[in-house]
Amino acid sequence: MKTNVTDMTVRDKNAQIAHEIRLGQKKRARRARIYKHIFLIGMSIVMLYPLFWLFASSLKPENEIFSTLTLWPSEFNWNNYTEGWNALPKSFTVFYMNSAIVTVLSVIGNLLSCSFAAYAFARLQFNGKNLFFALMMMTLMIPYHVVLIPQYVLFLNLGWVDTYLPLVVPRFLASDAFFIFLMVQFFRQLPRELDEAAMIDGCSPYKIYWAIILPLSLPAMGTAAIFSLIWVWEDFLAPLIYLNDIKSYTVPLALRLFLDQEGQSIFGQMFAMSVLSLVPVIVFFIAFQKLIVRGIATSGMK
Amino acid sequence: MAGLTLRDVGKSYGGLSVMSGLDLDIYDGEFLVLVGPSGCGKSTLLRMIAGLEEITDGTIAIEDTIVNDLPASKRELSMVFQSYALYPHMSVRKNLAFGLQNMKMTKAEVARRVDEAARVLQIEELLERKPRQLSGGQKQRVAIGRAIVREPKLFLFDEPLSNLDAELRVQMRVELASLYAKLGTTMIYVTHDQVEAMTMASRIVVLRKGTIEQVGTPQELYTRPANLFVAGFIGSPKINMFKATASKIADGIHISAPEFEDFEVRGLERTVDDVTICIRPEALVLGGGSIQVTAEIILVEYLGSEILLHAKLPSGATVLLQTSGKEEYARGQNISFGFETSDVHVFDHNGDRVAFTHEEAFA
Repeated sequence: MKTNVTDMTVRDKNAQIAHEIRLGQKKRARRARIYKHIFLIGMSIVMLYPLFWLFASSLKPENEIFSTLTLWPSEFNWNNYTEGWNALPKSFTVFYMNSAIVTVLSVIGNLLSCSFAAYAFARLQFNGKNLFFALMMMTLMIPYHVVLIPQYVLFLNLGWVDTYLPLVVPRFLASDAFFIFLMVQFFRQLPRELDEAAMIDGCSPYKIYWAIILPLSLPAMGTAAIFSLIWVWEDFLAPLIYLNDIKSYTVPLALRLFLDQEGQSIFGQMFAMSVLSLVPVIVFFIAFQKLIVRGIATSGMK
Repeated sequence: MAGLTLRDVGKSYGGLSVMSGLDLDIYDGEFLVLVGPSGCGKSTLLRMIAGLEEITDGTIAIEDTIVNDLPASKRELSMVFQSYALYPHMSVRKNLAFGLQNMKMTKAEVARRVDEAARVLQIEELLERKPRQLSGGQKQRVAIGRAIVREPKLFLFDEPLSNLDAELRVQMRVELASLYAKLGTTMIYVTHDQVEAMTMASRIVVLRKGTIEQVGTPQELYTRPANLFVAGFIGSPKINMFKATASKIADGIHISAPEFEDFEVRGLERTVDDVTICIRPEALVLGGGSIQVTAEIILVEYLGSEILLHAKLPSGATVLLQTSGKEEYARGQNISFGFETSDVHVFDHNGDRVAFTHEEAFA
């Protein structure tokens, strides 16, 4: 009887100790979670602050933009958007059309030509394959500014300056090694037996590329499309060099015009148009991100 | 349907030769199984026949037409891959139809053949599904379906059942055998599973390190293995092997091995000195046989219908017996067993079989 009681108390004591330990663990875990969130929220604010500032400034009256520290505008100046759209010699409708033409053609060109080149590197056998691959990878290390002048001379001699051709045609020639590399890596992990099954099913290498490899590479194509779109849409340097006529300006070039007009800059409208210029990129990103996720989910081979 | 002739076929990667001087005739309408340990070149050989792998020497002919330079799609064959290799982005119907569409067949004919194959393989209700929605066995059926819709002259199978669980494997094996009986098309089947080889093959080709060790019917391989490798590879549980010395007597040899009392094997074609004698586990009879020996049981494997006894002979060598007896055995127990000299396989010092004169030479 007595031993039983001692047993009970010992057991109770152990249970209590275990309970306290668990409680302590829970407390520590919660505290760690809080610190983590504070840190993450803080970092997010640091990263997003410029965007908030841009958006806030696009709504502020002109004299308030650089004079106050507060993000909140004293009055919401939505006119910046409506007036900014038509403030330049050409309306932003034109600039958006121009940007859209260049971007859409460039993205299509990049996807088609880079995947084609990547397929050759990933799947076909040809002499000097490794050498060519190494050469291609080396172009990644050459800064754009190094080839800028020779390239300009080339396009000038071709009579392509002040057209979209220098911006678009190179994209159809698999000029972007980054995308080729990305796709080569993706194609390599597709089972080779699929190619072989298709070969026996009577496919030529072109047909294998088109009917098997491309449909299975939607995730890689989606990623390439997103990066390609963002880079081309935001590109300032190349359009600046090759486009002279304001009629053919892209959106980033047009934004600069706000700063130049007769020494007087209209910042509010420029920021408003800058905010609008981000919209297509964000929309596209959200749309294609879904594709990437779906692509990964459906490409399970086994 | 087609016969196949391989003459002096060789394959090397860079300077490394993995196969050379290989000759093989595959008869029209037979079920030929290529079997061997991993790395023996059986898959490579199959892929060379398929046209997925180039041959570096010799010729491959299908129906007397040399196909060395013919691409895979023009060889009028179908192949079933180990991983099935179904196109993941196409429905089962499209998977089946894909090859036919590439052959520029009319829509009606494509539909007819796909429906026919689906009926034969009982996958009609799966036609609209994607491969990822199928179980392993269903994928296997679709892969076979994709092969048969093309009505090829030759079927190639590259370890098609190795990704299935044991029960399904047995079931698919039976189905493949009945499919073969129905179609009567030449089939070449690669496996490392000797049960698949023994049960399905018209003839078996045993390969090792890129060379053919023996070609024959399952019975020939089992009862008359051409060398020690085949003797050890074919048959489960594994054959018992003992080193021995032999001396010539009239009409045979006198064998002395440390494991057994001396005995004589008569009716051999030739005489040899150093021999390896092999005895199948089921040829060792408990309490019987003309050459008897006692041994101590070291392991009992109970398999239900049969019992495998691992026993240690007085010489220290271990021996494997197969018995169907219902008696109980225990570790440490002494048993006595024996064999008939006619059940002994004799191999010379090169590992080649020494045949009996009464055996018919086989092709």
